[in-house]
Amino acid sequence: MSESTRTVPRQPAPAGELTQADIDRRMAREREAYEKGLAEGAEPSHHPRRDYAPYRSSALRHPTQPPVAVDTRLDPEAAELSSPAFGDTDVTELDSDLTRQHQGEPLGERITVSGRLLDREGRPVRGQLIELWQANASGRYAHQRDQHPAPLDPNFTGVGRVLTGDDGSYAFTTIKPGAYPWRNHANAWRPAHIHFSLFGSAFTQRLVTQMYFPGDPLFAYDPILQSVTDEAARARLVAAYDHDLSRPERSLGYRWDIVLDGPAATWIEEGR
Amino acid sequence: MSTRTPHAPVPHAPTPSHTIGPFYGYALPFPGGPEAAPYAHPDTVTVHGRVLDGAGAPVPDALLEFWGPDADGQLPQQGGSLRRDPVTGGFLGRNGVDFTGFARVATDADGHWAIRTLRPGARGPHAPYLSVCVFARGLTHHLFTRVYVPGDSPATGTDPLLAALPPERRATLLATAEPHATYRFDLRLQGPDETVFLEFS
Ligand SMILES: [Fe+2]
Repeated sequence: MSESTRTVPRQPAPAGELTQADIDRRMAREREAYEKGLAEGAEPSHHPRRDYAPYRSSALRHPTQPPVAVDTRLDPEAAELSSPAFGDTDVTELDSDLTRQHQGEPLGERITVSGRLLDREGRPVRGQLIELWQANASGRYAHQRDQHPAPLDPNFTGVGRVLTGDDGSYAFTTIKPGAYPWRNHANAWRPAHIHFSLFGSAFTQRLVTQMYFPGDPLFAYDPILQSVTDEAARARLVAAYDHDLSRPERSLGYRWDIVLDGPAATWIEEGR
Repeated sequence: MSTRTPHAPVPHAPTPSHTIGPFYGYALPFPGGPEAAPYAHPDTVTVHGRVLDGAGAPVPDALLEFWGPDADGQLPQQGGSLRRDPVTGGFLGRNGVDFTGFARVATDADGHWAIRTLRPGARGPHAPYLSVCVFARGLTHHLFTRVYVPGDSPATGTDPLLAALPPERRATLLATAEPHATYRFDLRLQGPDETVFLEFS
């Protein structure tokens, strides 16, 4: 045991509160059930289950009836096959640089996050809106309900927007968010993450998700990340550090490509 | 005639969904978000209701998005929902003239929400509806549903989705008319009157 762990006593959980060990057992059960299914020939699931018990807030907020299937191939007039549009009035140039939205510079490690927004056939999603929000370098959100004891940063709000380019590309400059505690169970901590909201060319492709940073030691403890029971799918939520994207004496570069699920009006193009 | 590609290339694996969490409130809602109808437009309707969990308790931290056509059934391709102010970095609000078809609203402490948009027109074989996407803390993957807005369309009996549902399930997708072009639509995430949610393929 290292010097530092010996000097920090383990905090017992208050009576009745779930411990990390309780949550770990539940997450292991979910993972085993999923892997057993895979071994028996089930399709991999790309998305989290909505009734993932280790994430306790899901208990009363997931439907118990199976979803009703809508086959859009039989229904080309479905409104969901097109998407809201956004344009130049909906973003300002400063929106993609979260370090320049106040008088001073925010504290923390300056980073860039960039990549491409694609559909499942690998085609770029052009001119669409990406929104993001995140905690500051101390792990605190500029949100009144986040009252955990970490400082706010007057020079950081943590909200950004951008429209994707013709090749689906996007880029943000921000600071690396901190990990933060939450109340799912005793001593619950979220790994550092950035929340993303994405639109596709069809409303069916709508996505809200979270991007993580490589090598975070909190991954295994986090029921939100582990709600994605497929290991390969979880890996797709983790950005890659890309040294070529780092700028000398300025910022560290992360790359994260995003692939939207859901059918779109994918008509054959001329000559294809 | 356009058709679906018969042999799609090997698809790229999608990025998984995650919950919207508790702290989107200073990032995603925007001034004018619930007010999709242009000012004083004669086709304006108000749609409102509550989001309830499996215990019947209000969900005070849900975010709803609505997407739908104008009264002629046309889906706009028009930006300007967020309209930012490049002077202050704030929001100008919608311009009051253009219809973007998109509304976004967060529930209040009672789980209640309200939007004003244009009465949707029928498209193809459908009865008139608005498409709804539901996000919430505790919801790992958003939910799609539809709010069917009653009107003089004959299609309510022949709508392919409504027709395929048993009557008690169908009822969860039908808004109830109230005075002054207002419609009530409650969303139940779980329980005996659980709303019908959709999966598109
Ligand atoms: Fe978060």
